[in-house]
Amino acid sequence: MLINDFTRGLWEQIPPFRLVLGLCPTLAVTSTVTGGAGMGIATTFVLVCSNVLISVLRPVIHPKVRIAVFIVIIATFVVFVEMATQAWAYPVYQLLGIFIPLIVVNCIILGRAEAFASKHTVVRSFFDGLGMGMGFTLSLAVIGLLRELLGSGTIAGRALFGPSFLPCTLMAKAPGAFITIGCFLAIMNGIDERKRSIK
Amino acid sequence: MMDAVIVIFSAVFVNNILLARYLGNCPFCGVSKNLSSAWGMGIAVIFVLTIATAATWIIHHFILDPLHLSYLQTIVFILVIATLVQLVEFFLQKNAAALFQSLGIYLPLITTNCAVLGVAILAIKNSYDFIMSVVFAAASAAGFLLALLCMAGIRERLETVVLPRPFRGTAITLIIAGIMALAFFGFSGMDATLSSLAHH
Repeated sequence: MLINDFTRGLWEQIPPFRLVLGLCPTLAVTSTVTGGAGMGIATTFVLVCSNVLISVLRPVIHPKVRIAVFIVIIATFVVFVEMATQAWAYPVYQLLGIFIPLIVVNCIILGRAEAFASKHTVVRSFFDGLGMGMGFTLSLAVIGLLRELLGSGTIAGRALFGPSFLPCTLMAKAPGAFITIGCFLAIMNGIDERKRSIK
Repeated sequence: MMDAVIVIFSAVFVNNILLARYLGNCPFCGVSKNLSSAWGMGIAVIFVLTIATAATWIIHHFILDPLHLSYLQTIVFILVIATLVQLVEFFLQKNAAALFQSLGIYLPLITTNCAVLGVAILAIKNSYDFIMSVVFAAASAAGFLLALLCMAGIRERLETVVLPRPFRGTAITLIIAGIMALAFFGFSGMDATLSSLAHH
């Protein structure tokens, strides 16, 4: 069961493709692989911590005020991340900009709190958070890899092609973000459909 | 005065909140199926975004900053926004029943619209004064309405078109958004030109 909780986020319901939540950070920070992976790791941290704490406090939280309590818990961990990246990973802090405080309103985190952590045990919530977070990190890193490769011809800042390479700058900008993620979604839908028709 | 015009032009066209700043994309994909719900969502966002930015500006400059608590910005702002949305909901329900009827369902969704928190934080980051923050917030929200209406208009027409199955729904919406962002690219740099014209 634990393995199932963990792997659900990695393929079956991988955010942001299967679970179409958290689009804004996905669009905004994936112009480089570093930005994508950095955002993924920060989100994973918040997701795991908030899932665990919410699951621990589950018997105490009154259902009527649960959303407000969830938001306060999530915001607290986001402030941790904000201060930690500012202190120890300043380049990442600058790269992600206002999207670090905006982890608070990433629907994946509130969604998992509401749909999973508020109903399940601590250990299961931990693995659910870890799986979802790692799935999100993986997606963001792959999108970032593709957009950085095409948009600036580099991987994590290292030039890959010779000086004659002309990068498609559009891929690193907003239109590239929307179109890449739209195509990824369509590919995932296509895979699903093929699976269903084989069954 | 000229500065306000530049801020408005920049927020609506050049740095459109949806298409260039990547904020508020969940409602952009979710509530853009038809024009009437796009109007409802857009007006509700203008309303809440302007009030929320005014409130958070006052709280930041009169409470958080003097007490050196600005590291609590994220927690305080999101709570203020959530409370404000509730208050606006109660107020409308009591005093403007007709407006509440049409905006009611969109109001709770706005709490987790990252555009609201994003603009509140950006107004502080850009160190605008109070009036400029409110102008910036209203203009950003107007840009949101503009992009949302364009998208809803396009999607209404898409209803009658046969699309390859995997592209239906969010996938095609994102690709259209990409093409719209491409069109809005035409405005890039115009705010800088305007401001250099204004200051010479």
